[in-house]
Amino acid sequence: MSRLLDQLAIVLGRAPRRPQTFAPAAAAIHASKRGRGLKGAELLEDIHEAHENHTWRNRRWAVLLAINLLFTLSFWVDIQVLEGSLTASRLLGFHLADPYSSLLVALAEKAVPVNLAIGAVTVALFWGLIGGRAFCAWACPYHLVAEWGEMLHTRLARGGLVRDHPLHRATRTVLWAAFAILAFATGYTLFLTLNPIGMLSRALIYGPSLALAWVGLLLTFEVLYARRAWCRYACPIGLTYGILGAKAPVRVTFDLEVCAHEGECRKVCEVPHVLELTIKGRAEEAKMDVGPDCTRCGLCIDTCPTGALRYELKGVKRLL
Amino acid sequence: MSEAPSSSPPEKKGSRPRLSREQEQRRQMLRGGLVALGLLLLQPLAWLPVVRRWRARLRPPGALEETSFLGACIKCGQCVQVCPVEAIVLAGVSDGFGLGVPHIDPRRQACDFSCDALSCILACPTGALSHAVRTREEVHSGVARLARPEACLARKGEGFHGLARGPGFSGRLRYADIDRWHPIPVRDHPYDREVCDLCVLECPIGEEAIRLVPFDDGSGERRFTPRVRHGCVGCGVCEMICPAEPACIVVDARAEHGVRRGRDPHHGSPDQDMRQEGKDEA
Repeated sequence: MSRLLDQLAIVLGRAPRRPQTFAPAAAAIHASKRGRGLKGAELLEDIHEAHENHTWRNRRWAVLLAINLLFTLSFWVDIQVLEGSLTASRLLGFHLADPYSSLLVALAEKAVPVNLAIGAVTVALFWGLIGGRAFCAWACPYHLVAEWGEMLHTRLARGGLVRDHPLHRATRTVLWAAFAILAFATGYTLFLTLNPIGMLSRALIYGPSLALAWVGLLLTFEVLYARRAWCRYACPIGLTYGILGAKAPVRVTFDLEVCAHEGECRKVCEVPHVLELTIKGRAEEAKMDVGPDCTRCGLCIDTCPTGALRYELKGVKRLL
Repeated sequence: MSEAPSSSPPEKKGSRPRLSREQEQRRQMLRGGLVALGLLLLQPLAWLPVVRRWRARLRPPGALEETSFLGACIKCGQCVQVCPVEAIVLAGVSDGFGLGVPHIDPRRQACDFSCDALSCILACPTGALSHAVRTREEVHSGVARLARPEACLARKGEGFHGLARGPGFSGRLRYADIDRWHPIPVRDHPYDREVCDLCVLECPIGEEAIRLVPFDDGSGERRFTPRVRHGCVGCGVCEMICPAEPACIVVDARAEHGVRRGRDPHHGSPDQDMRQEGKDEA
């Protein structure tokens, strides 16, 4: 229980702490690795190869595009499978709604529309049972364009043209509450007006509008100033799914024994604080789950040169 | 952003002074605070077009009173998708809080109730389009007004022959005597009227909403004028079909008369209708 609360606190913005105690197995592994450096040329070779590996990223992009294409085709070709957009829709007639957007509407309306509640609970259960923020990496169209922005940012940063300026992660929690309070107090849903996910989803379905300039502005900020700023420090939808998925069964797990602690995973991660357990001497147990803020994007799995990070379906034997 | 030392040209890695953990933490909080503040300051900016009424939008059938409507709409566009004539469109960034919220531009494509079932209301997951409205007669999107009486063909005693909006117009309308179930392009349906009465002829509500009545224009000849009555629901078909350019008859969005939660959706605005009738008879 205290472990769960600790993880939720990290999602809300607290920095991960160095553990006080270690499980005997983990302590033994840490002791055996003490004083030993990285494995040298062989590991560098593995790292080089791992960077060529985009297995999970490509699968994920295919799923993400398929989901968004299903929305578009439902309207354009009138196949009527998934009508609406990512904020609210109907899948073969069943209501679906984004939980946080629904909360804001209910706060603004001071009422709980039944269809909206049904849709929000369905979606919360679905992503909660898969992997919380898996929504972000596997369905959100802004996540995809932000990944492209991130590639540009890292390339420019390598050339010394830009530098990342991290924000405090609690910003997201503050915004989550502020948007909710504003909706209740003013009756207008500010977040839904400036939500780049809704904008992109609507642009893909109903055609582009000038609102895309706002998406462009956010991306420019991310490329030039703060890497992945919206997803890391602002998006209340991501925070909502992070909390909902705190006990989700689809996880990325970490195997301390085989980890080389070279840190390639943290360099590609959208939310590197969840991977601090891969720092040498930090894992409390020999096998650990990555925290709930993880989007299950799989970049770390693709990048890991030793195979220490894997997908796992909790409760069932190893998925892969 | 001024707190970051990046205003000077980027330095080589390593030459930057290393910050203590506490200093770094403080900078992160400052940046986070500024970004959060910046986002929240968009509230008054998004509010401006709404409070100044830069856009008087005609809302789809069943829309709540304007302020409640903007707050209740989740901006999903399901109403857009179910409309058989694609009358409903989503607004852009210049509408402030109206961004992503549906409206109808009747001159381009009016709501002709082709769906019969008020599909947009049924599709709305939040009740921003109120389920209290069950029939077309209960809708109060707006009210029609004869904005340019001097150009009205009926008032001039003229007929109308040909395509109401020309061959390039893409709007559609359901003509019950041609196809009861499917709307067809207006450009495929030429008219031949002794006295132009298209607004009256195509009104989906009928004579409770608009009639052609005789009036005296002083010339001694018998003239007719369209008169909007209290049954008008503001669907906009009259505005779409009016052959004059720009339209003689327009629909004023009736934001202040939208459906209020728990109120009787039947109440119209009799005062305004009376005024309209009085003016025509004068």
